[in-house]
Amino acid sequence: MERTISFTLNGKPTQVSVDDERMLLWVLRGELGLEGTKFGCGEGLCGSCTVIVDKTAVRSCVTPVKDAAGRQVITIEGLSQSGKLSPLQESFVKHNAFQCGYCTPGMVVNAHALLLQKPHASREEIIKAMDDNLCRCGAQTRILDAIEEVAKGGAR
Amino acid sequence: MSAHDPKIAADPSRRDFLATAGAGLFVFVSAKSLRAQQEPGQLPGRAAGYATDLNAYLKVGADGRVAGFAGKVELGQGATTSLAQLIAEELDVALDSVDMTLGDTDLCPWDIGTFGSLNIWQFGPVLRKAAAEARAALLQMAAERLQSPVERLRVKDGVVTDSADAARRVTYAQLVEGRRIERRLEGVAIKYPKDFSVMGQSPRRKDAVDKVSGKARYAGDITLPGMLRARILRPPARGAKLRSVDTSAAEKMPGVRVVHEGDFVAVLHEQRDLADRALEAIKSQFDPAPAGPDDVTIFDHIQKNGPKPQTVAQSGNLAEGEKLAAKLLENTYLNSYVAHAPMETHSATVSIENGKITAWVGTQAPFMVKPALAQALGVPQASVRVIAGFVGGGFGGKTSAQQATEAARLAKITGRPVQVVWSRAEEFFFDSYRPAAVVKIRSGLTAAGRIAFWEFNVVGAGDRNADHFYDIPHNLTTSAGGWQGGNPPGMHPFDVGAWRAPSVNTNTFARESHIDALAAQAGLDPVQFRLNHLKDKRMIGVLQAATEKFGWKPAKGPSGRGFGVSCGMYSGTYAALCAEVAVNKTTGHVQVKRVVIAQDQGVTVNPEGSRLQMEGCVTMGLGQALTEELRFANGAVRNGDFGEYQLPRFSWVPKIETVLIDNAELAPQGCGEPPMINVGAAIANAIFDAARVRMLQLPMTPARILAALKKA
Repeated sequence: MERTISFTLNGKPTQVSVDDERMLLWVLRGELGLEGTKFGCGEGLCGSCTVIVDKTAVRSCVTPVKDAAGRQVITIEGLSQSGKLSPLQESFVKHNAFQCGYCTPGMVVNAHALLLQKPHASREEIIKAMDDNLCRCGAQTRILDAIEEVAKGGAR
Repeated sequence: MSAHDPKIAADPSRRDFLATAGAGLFVFVSAKSLRAQQEPGQLPGRAAGYATDLNAYLKVGADGRVAGFAGKVELGQGATTSLAQLIAEELDVALDSVDMTLGDTDLCPWDIGTFGSLNIWQFGPVLRKAAAEARAALLQMAAERLQSPVERLRVKDGVVTDSADAARRVTYAQLVEGRRIERRLEGVAIKYPKDFSVMGQSPRRKDAVDKVSGKARYAGDITLPGMLRARILRPPARGAKLRSVDTSAAEKMPGVRVVHEGDFVAVLHEQRDLADRALEAIKSQFDPAPAGPDDVTIFDHIQKNGPKPQTVAQSGNLAEGEKLAAKLLENTYLNSYVAHAPMETHSATVSIENGKITAWVGTQAPFMVKPALAQALGVPQASVRVIAGFVGGGFGGKTSAQQATEAARLAKITGRPVQVVWSRAEEFFFDSYRPAAVVKIRSGLTAAGRIAFWEFNVVGAGDRNADHFYDIPHNLTTSAGGWQGGNPPGMHPFDVGAWRAPSVNTNTFARESHIDALAAQAGLDPVQFRLNHLKDKRMIGVLQAATEKFGWKPAKGPSGRGFGVSCGMYSGTYAALCAEVAVNKTTGHVQVKRVVIAQDQGVTVNPEGSRLQMEGCVTMGLGQALTEELRFANGAVRNGDFGEYQLPRFSWVPKIETVLIDNAELAPQGCGEPPMINVGAAIANAIFDAARVRMLQLPMTPARILAALKKA
């Protein structure tokens, strides 16, 4: 059903008039022009499209836009404030926790959500939380190191 | 530019570039000195067309910044950074002042493509030589400007200073400002490793901030005014023919455009998911594909349908070898088709404006896509610009670009910019897989525990590194068919192609598994057994480095420890790998606990970048070793999604330790693939060491391990 959906997107009140059954990924990338969130599989199986809805990581490719109504949505674009990288993003840079970079927005956002809920997550908890995010280049060890360092310091 | 070079002369975009490049340093140098580091015999045959004019590779701007250009592509391997390091080193400028442009066919010099671990190994010398000659020309100009002898001049961060009079100084920017200079210089040497200050370092990657902040743009992220996003009707199986199609429901959907030309049926909409819906609304019927092999019968199939084996290497006489043998060992090793499965599916965005075609393409080879697009649209190559910006992984699977041709065709038909981004199912279906392969090895041991003879026959994979490096008196190595194509029709029922270290994963898995089996048969420690048969110092070096770091204590296998070793070579690099595994004998599950990998790749340009490649290869290699295989029947893919086709995950990743051998004697060799080649055999050998079963087929799934345990 076409209707106006209102939600907070990266801290800003946002309205979009679309068929509310459409998946959040395509509305973000299409109507809202935020192309940092990536399409990887369209079935919620790879995590490239991960965004945060009310402090919880969700797969935007299988999340209808109506589920975002009235909520706080954070995408990769919302993690750096006025061009300054978040501590987690800085840690990804420091540890070279990426190669091709295509899965990286989903990795960073998924880890950000984990640390919102468990700021001092252990390595085991990090592995469990990240296990369904796929990286084909094999940057996994670096990604774990990057997240763990932030979890140990407590900052995000 | 040499007008005699047919490849360059035939490519008018090069002339366009020189005409439009504007102010900056233009230094013309001879072709010979560039080529001196680039013996044709070392290059793949097709790669002889590098531009000889150094202006093609770099430009010192009036602001002092250096623009570097290369036809290579950033696939994640760090080329943006490592190639900038080469320029900064030879030109003596700060790395931060170098901005690389990669993979743009209008701006960059021709390049064969980004594969085969060629960037640093083969292209590196070309780029370094260009930068070194630019530096020499600038010094000559500085000498004239400052009235100082060239010998007294020193350069740091693009500032030339007279060592006898520090007041005499001039910057590169001042030297080139507003002037166009043409100089030819002969025989300028590149630096020795002892003089490196930028090469050999691990600076912050130039692509880091864009990638962690979501700013990096891939071909499917380009949005153009009026652009349509397309989905294309696909057959359910290779070879299935479209019998009937009804697009009426899709045509009624608002904003949907339907294209139907023969068997080519596409739906387009401004929004991708609404194009998806339109595709779902199409009713189609396909005739069944012809009967073909499946993932079980494929091994017989490729042996029956393969070409005549070609001899790869031969020495001594097998019959003589058999007379020396006290024990014989014959095994057959198998591996299945494996997908590239990059996280970014094949993507392209194409616009046609006033006859000029601009295509943003996720490809490893923009200069191959360019003629393909020109041909598809019936236009001269000069009308086509291909831009390969960030590419979301390639691994050998993005050298051809069917999706770009599809987008171009649709852009021409609709008169609007068109984007094609394959679905995950399309990505699996149209992949050019690593070929399924059969390797038969026949061998014998003397009573003294030496290998008496070695007969190695590979079918399906290809001949790269099929030959071994051990000291064995009687040998025959043959190969029939492979990833390069030219196979008899139907041998491989799918497209096959280069998959990270093509042929070499298959051949190394078979060889190193078999060497291990021979060591066990001889009752010797598998490391010692290898050393007994090695003469090559570089191979001995990496093997010893890996085992030392690993803490390998000699023991004959199976020792119960779960230790495995493998060694091999590819693209000029030597690698050895030790792995420790735990095998759950109830579930058949294998956990790789620890990996040590040692590599001799000559001079290392970027140690951190190299370690990333090594860790990445080990992690990626776990998939083809343990889970990844295409399941199929009669041309249809049965497991074309990430639920069924399992890629390596965080919980699988072992502790990985990397050892880079310091080898200043040798120019930089390939690094992007060699760390992959030992993963299969080292794990197979570790499984044997842990559970006393010799796994002869990749992937070593729990079901296969349980079956082997039951048989044992």
